[in-house]
Amino acid sequence: MKKPHKGMICLDRKSKLYLTLFTSTFYISAVTFGSGYVIIPIMKKRFVDELNWIDEDEMLNLIAVAQSSPGVMTVNASLLIGYRIAGRFGAFVTVLGSVLPPLVTISIVSMFYDAFCDNAVVRAVLMGMQAGVSAVISDVVFKLAANVVKEKQALSLFVMIGAFIATFYIKINVVLIIMFCIILGVLKSLFVKGESGN
Amino acid sequence: MDLLMLFWSFFQIGLFSIGGGYAALPLIKNQIVDINGWLSLDGFADLVTITEMTPGPIIINSATFVGMQVAGFPGALASTLGCVTSPCIIVSIIAYFYFKYKELPVVKSVLAMLRPAVVALITSAGISIIVLAIWGEHGFSLNTGNINFISVVLYAAAVFVIRKFKLNHILVIICCGVIGGVVHAFS
Repeated sequence: MKKPHKGMICLDRKSKLYLTLFTSTFYISAVTFGSGYVIIPIMKKRFVDELNWIDEDEMLNLIAVAQSSPGVMTVNASLLIGYRIAGRFGAFVTVLGSVLPPLVTISIVSMFYDAFCDNAVVRAVLMGMQAGVSAVISDVVFKLAANVVKEKQALSLFVMIGAFIATFYIKINVVLIIMFCIILGVLKSLFVKGESGN
Repeated sequence: MDLLMLFWSFFQIGLFSIGGGYAALPLIKNQIVDINGWLSLDGFADLVTITEMTPGPIIINSATFVGMQVAGFPGALASTLGCVTSPCIIVSIIAYFYFKYKELPVVKSVLAMLRPAVVALITSAGISIIVLAIWGEHGFSLNTGNINFISVVLYAAAVFVIRKFKLNHILVIICCGVIGGVVHAFS
């Protein structure tokens, strides 16, 4: 399958677009373990770095929106990405793509889960996949952090380091961190630029 | 009746879980063990193990697992649908406002503050996953006995391959799994 070039999503290629959206979210959901923050870097790699369908800032915005909403963050993020790229049907396709793999996997696993959990080879394969997932995340994290540093905005840098310390060491509830950033953003727009936020 | 109860329980879990899968675990336990008695506490521990061992979001994994145990595949479908419905409605509403107002100065400023925080959250989760992959469930320690050397080698090789050759990341993950299995079979 030929990859579409930057911003060249032709209308007559709509079905191809939906197919790519579906297969991308399907594969990502099928091989990625753990919380939304693990799946999202891999989505970023696919939709921002490989397909060039969303720019990095917009992707981070969408993640922030997905994070601030209740529910499964991966599904939220898939929905937003699908909607952003291909409207309502795009959102439906990406949600379906990210929900199907766990639904099928767990349905099968739960039928004979004793044998599954105790199987050493299964464990070894899963451990190997986890190492691979870690590698992909390292790559994404490194690039994202480097870009924040490159911006040379003292406040952004402060927020990034502060938020990291707050979640990783102090283990503050993520909701509080998000709320703090929202307040900080509102205050900044009120005082620093002198703009009112109507 | 079971199907409806499954849908309703996971609808609530989907609605009230903010902040990702691990934050939802107490909520899931409350609904499944305490309120509905679908699983014993032991069964819940199994559920946590399986959801962590298998790919996919924790909430969906739990929903499918509990649904299967209670009412077979229709149950799995009902509970999974339940935990996806409410967030999808809410996110659609928020998305509508996001796409409509994202150019407003105040919204732009808020998003500019949220972006570095999101990077920090991803970093934090990423480090936890790396620690889990290399040191296992015991967490980071200086004792080299806990280090899984196969994982270290796979991790280093995967980072190198991704950065140097820009290989497809899903291919890399699957290869790591296969190599892990093969190495185990021959050792």
